[in-house]
Amino acid sequence: MIKLTGVSKHFGSHQALKNIDLEVPAGQKLVVIGPSGSGKSTLIRCMNMLEKPSAGQVIVDGVDLTAHRAPIAKVRQSVAMVFQQFNLYPHKTVLENLTLAPIVVRGVSKDEATETALQYLERVGLSEKKDKYPAQLSGGQQQRVAIARALNMHPKIMLFDEPTSALDPEMIQEVLEVIVGLADSGITMVVVTHEMGFAKEAADRVIFIDEGEILEDGTPIHFFENPQHDRTKLFLSKILR
Amino acid sequence: MSEFFASIGFLQEGPFAVPRWEALFEKGMDTLWQGAATTLLVASLGLALALVLGIVIGVMSASHWRIPRAFARGYVEFFQNTPLLIQVFMLYNALPLLFEGLFLPVVTIGILGVGMYHGAYIAEVVRAGIQSIGRGQLEAALSQGFGYVGAMRYIVVPQAMRIVLPPMTNQAVSLIKNTSVIAIIAGGDLMYAGDSFAGRFGHYGPTYVMVGLIYFLMCFPLAILARRLEERLRAD
Ligand SMILES: Nc1ncnc2c1ncn2[C@@H]1O[C@H](COP(=O)(O)OP(=O)(O)OP(=O)(O)O)[C@@H](O)[C@H]1O
Ligand SMILES: [Mg+2]
Repeated sequence: MIKLTGVSKHFGSHQALKNIDLEVPAGQKLVVIGPSGSGKSTLIRCMNMLEKPSAGQVIVDGVDLTAHRAPIAKVRQSVAMVFQQFNLYPHKTVLENLTLAPIVVRGVSKDEATETALQYLERVGLSEKKDKYPAQLSGGQQQRVAIARALNMHPKIMLFDEPTSALDPEMIQEVLEVIVGLADSGITMVVVTHEMGFAKEAADRVIFIDEGEILEDGTPIHFFENPQHDRTKLFLSKILR
Repeated sequence: MSEFFASIGFLQEGPFAVPRWEALFEKGMDTLWQGAATTLLVASLGLALALVLGIVIGVMSASHWRIPRAFARGYVEFFQNTPLLIQVFMLYNALPLLFEGLFLPVVTIGILGVGMYHGAYIAEVVRAGIQSIGRGQLEAALSQGFGYVGAMRYIVVPQAMRIVLPPMTNQAVSLIKNTSVIAIIAGGDLMYAGDSFAGRFGHYGPTYVMVGLIYFLMCFPLAILARRLEERLRAD
C-alpha cells in the first residue's frame, strides 16, 4: 500500500532521512518510534508528499508520487493525516470541518457528506458538538474531531504524527481509545507516537528510527523484548522505567 | 447677535466672508452633489477592482510559484513607488499613444487608476494576512486533497480576510480621498466640481470647506467601521 525505496531527505546540509526502504502492506498498523529529531515526522510526511524526498521513490496505492506530474492531490484524497496540532479549520464549525473536503474535493453531495459526518462524530463521541467551533472544544475533543474529519474522507490510509503529544495527560487516553478502535478496521495506519502502551496494544509492526535510519523493524514483542541495537536499548531504558 | 458677527473680521471680508457662503449655498451645492455622486461611483467601482486585484496578487506573492510571485512583486513595487497622479496622467495621455485611439472615459481612468494603485496596497495587506495564518492550515488542506488554489480559497484566505479587514477598510478610506486625482483630467468628481465652482467665482474658502466636509462624511463611517472591526477582532 505504501512503498518507499531509497528515500533520502536533506534540509540544507542536514540529512533527515538516509536511504530508507520501507514497505507497508494494506491493512497493516505500523507504529514509528524514535527520539526527537530522528526523522519520524519527515518520514511520515514523505508518505503524502507534504515533504518532497531529495532522492528515492514513494509509491502509494500503486501511484508513484515522486514521478514528474504525479497526481498527488488525487492520491491525498485517500491518504488522511492527523496532525500533532490538530489543524482543524478554525473558521468552520465541527460539522463543516468534516464535510468541506468531501464536498469540495471529492464532489460528494452535501446530504451524504453530512450523513457520514454525523456517523463519524458519533463514533468519536462528539455528536453534540457538531455546531461548535474548534476553539470551543478541549484539545482532546479537537483531536477526536480531526480524526473524524480524516475518516469522513473514507481513507485507505491514515497517517498520525504524534496525535497525542500536544494534549494534557488526562486527555491522551480518550484520543488513543479512538485510534485503537480504528485499528480493527481494514485501514492501513502509520502512527508516529511516544505512547509505548499504544504500540504494544495496537501495532502489528514497530519500526525504530534514529538519525534518519531504521534501526529496528519487527513485531512489538521483538521491539520491546529483543531489540538488536544498543541505541534502541538506550532509548527504551530511558522511556520505559 | 449680528453685532457679534459684525465684530468678527473674517466673516466681513476675505476668503471666508458671509456673501461667499451665500453664493455657495445658492449656486454651488448642486454642482458639488453631482461631483460627490461621481466620486462615489469611481470609489465604489475602484474599490471592487482593488479588492479583486489585491486578493489575486496577494495570493500570488504569498505563493511558491516563482513566476507569479515575481510578477506580483513587480506589480506591487511599481504601483507603490510611483505617484498615483503620474499613473493617472499616463493612463490619460500615454495610453492613446500606445494603443492608437484608446481614449478611455475619465471615470474609467479614475476607476482603473485608484483600483490598480490601491490593489497594490491591498495585495501587501493580504500577503501579510496569509503569512500570518499558520502553515498547518495549508498543510491540513493539502493533505485532504485540496490543490494550492483551493486551499487558499476555502481555508487560508477566509481566515486571513478576517485579520486584514481593519487595514483593508483603512485602504478604502484612502481610496475615496485619492479619487480626487482625477480632478486634473477634468474627472467631474467632487474635487473637480469644487475646483471649477471656486475658480469661476473665486469663492475658494467656503467651497473647499464644504468639499472637505463632504469627503469627511463619506470617509468617517468607514473609519468608524475599521475601528469596530479591530475591536471585535481583539475581543475573540
Ligand atoms: N523544514 C525543515 N527545515 C530544516 N530542518 C528540518 C526541517 N524539518 C525537519 N528538520 C530537521 O530534520 C530532522 C528530523 O526532523 P523531524 O521533524 O522529522 O524529527 P522527528 O523525529 O519528527 O522529531 P520530533 O519527535 O521532535 O517531532 C531534525 O534534525 C530537524 O531539525
Ligand atoms: Mg515530529
